[in-house]
Amino acid sequence: MSTYLSLENIGITFPTDKGPLTVLEDVNLKIAKGEFISLIGHSGCGKSTVLNIVAGLLQATTGGVVLENSEVNQPGPDRAVVFQNHSLLPWLTVYDNVRLAVDQVFGKTKSKQERHDWTLHNLELVHMGHALDRRPSEISGGMKQRVGIARALAMEPKVLLMDEPFGALDSLTRTHMQDSLMEIQAELNNTVIMITHDVDEAVLLSDRIVMMSNGPNATVGEILHIELERPRNRLELADDPTYNHYRAEVLRFLHERHAQPDVPSGKPKAKPQEPTPAPVSVAQETPVIEKPTQGHRLTLAVG
Amino acid sequence: MSAKILSPQHTFQAAWIDQFHAFCTSDALLKSGRKLAAALVIPAMALALFLILWGGLASRVETSLGTLPGPGKVWEQTQVLYQEHLTEREKAAAFYERQEQRNAAKLEKDPNAEVKVRPYTGKPTFIDQIFTSLGTVTTGFLIASIIAIPIGIICGLSATLYQALNPIIQIFKPVSPLAWLPIVTMVVSAVYVSDDPMFAKSFVTSAITVTLCCIWPTIINTTVGVSGIDKDLINVSRVLRLGWFTKTVKIVLPSAMPMIFAGLRLSLGIGWMVLIAAEMLAQNPGLGKFVWDEFQNGSSDSLARIMVAVLVIGFIGFLLDRAMLMLQRAVSWDKSSTIR
Ligand SMILES: Nc1ncnc2c1ncn2[C@@H]1O[C@H](COP(=O)(O)OP(=O)(O)OP(=O)(O)O)[C@@H](O)[C@H]1O
Ligand SMILES: [Mg+2]
Repeated sequence: MSTYLSLENIGITFPTDKGPLTVLEDVNLKIAKGEFISLIGHSGCGKSTVLNIVAGLLQATTGGVVLENSEVNQPGPDRAVVFQNHSLLPWLTVYDNVRLAVDQVFGKTKSKQERHDWTLHNLELVHMGHALDRRPSEISGGMKQRVGIARALAMEPKVLLMDEPFGALDSLTRTHMQDSLMEIQAELNNTVIMITHDVDEAVLLSDRIVMMSNGPNATVGEILHIELERPRNRLELADDPTYNHYRAEVLRFLHERHAQPDVPSGKPKAKPQEPTPAPVSVAQETPVIEKPTQGHRLTLAVG
Repeated sequence: MSAKILSPQHTFQAAWIDQFHAFCTSDALLKSGRKLAAALVIPAMALALFLILWGGLASRVETSLGTLPGPGKVWEQTQVLYQEHLTEREKAAAFYERQEQRNAAKLEKDPNAEVKVRPYTGKPTFIDQIFTSLGTVTTGFLIASIIAIPIGIICGLSATLYQALNPIIQIFKPVSPLAWLPIVTMVVSAVYVSDDPMFAKSFVTSAITVTLCCIWPTIINTTVGVSGIDKDLINVSRVLRLGWFTKTVKIVLPSAMPMIFAGLRLSLGIGWMVLIAAEMLAQNPGLGKFVWDEFQNGSSDSLARIMVAVLVIGFIGFLLDRAMLMLQRAVSWDKSSTIR
């Protein structure tokens, strides 16, 4: 296997109020071109941190990321990111959101007409050609995520990074999106790193599943090769013993060997599991100071 | 409904009432009627009540210039002021006509004669003062916005610059611009010297005073708006490697727009209030000077004329705010959001 993207001894330490917190330690991973990797692990173990380091949005404290034999430590369109909450610009139409990326990446190499066609092509690819002039607020969550994917694909990235791309979608929409993604992947054969909490999603889409140990000092726990033939069909696979074996492996890793500690060391965060359309960022933004304030009020009332 | 009218149990009168009742209770009408009531009738009633109270109470307050004027007297003076304006305009027209005739006659005698066109130097009318004040506040406000919005954007984007500028902003923000007025006047007199000035010194002084009070709310609100941009959107711009200009135009400005406009509206409101006071204090042309002159004048009509000015100042302040709202609607990307 020739290495295309390589994570080498990555470690990161954040300064916090309670002293330095080493979130990641010695994360090593070699990824071949065209491989689809899923990152799975308990909430707060550092999956997003890994992805953000690869994207260049965060700087690793130790180690580094090597892409095509050169180190990357800045964000750039060669490592396009699909964010969990779509992150489309609300004031731009679907078309303009993708076009902004296309103009930025191909402004010098493609003519205006070519850029227009390329924008349309990518929106057609995610089946969003019918809603070009709509604003993000006027389309559903699944559609927004499709546009987010189109925007990332339109950059023709070397690596596509997806942070729980379907995490905020209801399960039915999620299956549609997974099928779409498999279709696109069959056509483009991108190199992908995707974070997910969904075991079925991981097994269905991936070539390899990277399971992370619990934080702090999280690292790559186990790697599971998924040797299922493509194209994969979720209905046929439902009764497939190999598929179910992979599923069980992942579940065993998550719930036996690395069961979530009772008292989470990091943020006590509730993760929306099933059809929760509310964006997760809202939950994260809930101020931590809320509880002390209530307690304070309570004592006041008692006193 | 027609069946009801024809039914024998109903007299004509009863039928009419019935019909009216049905008309009034028909659902759609009831709704639109209520809306109409909310939009027109209630404010109209409140206004009427206000006028009655004003008329009733004002006549009981004795001042050295007679009783406080009621609504009737104020309305009368409004017309007088407008009439004065028309008369003044006629005088000016007549003056220019005479001057032209004289010059024409001169040229007829001697084609090489030098003719002078002198401007009419009448007293500015109430209407003239309104436009002077409007021009001044617009100029001051525009200058302030041009300075404040970029500063606000920079402060919002760079934590270091924010820390550097914040103390200065916090100290100058609460200063009444009237305290600046003497300094501004002296500086303008010293610096702005030219034989044929494009703008009057008084105009420059007033405009700068307005600028000085207009920049702070805009800077602060723009900073807050810009620093509150969704972090994910910033990450999008980092991944795309947007240049600072594209980033500002495509991401920073649109997302800070509501806050910027909140600041601009605040600024314009304060600017308008401050301008009137500055004009009174510095005797610079404008509505403030009109009020001051009337106060000094001390005729029996003065209070009514000042009252006219007060109402006009309030009404123009309201219109300025509405104009900003309309501008905000025009440039805002989110047409569905309610802007008040
Ligand atoms: N800037 C930061 N400063 C301090 N601690 C941080 C910072 N960013 C992340 N962390 C900590 O690093 C840990 C991992 O965070 P991360 O967001 O990568 O988790 P995750 O695996 O993506 O979780 P989830 O599945 O909930 O998204 C958490 O405990 C978090 O508190
Ligand atoms: Mg995460």
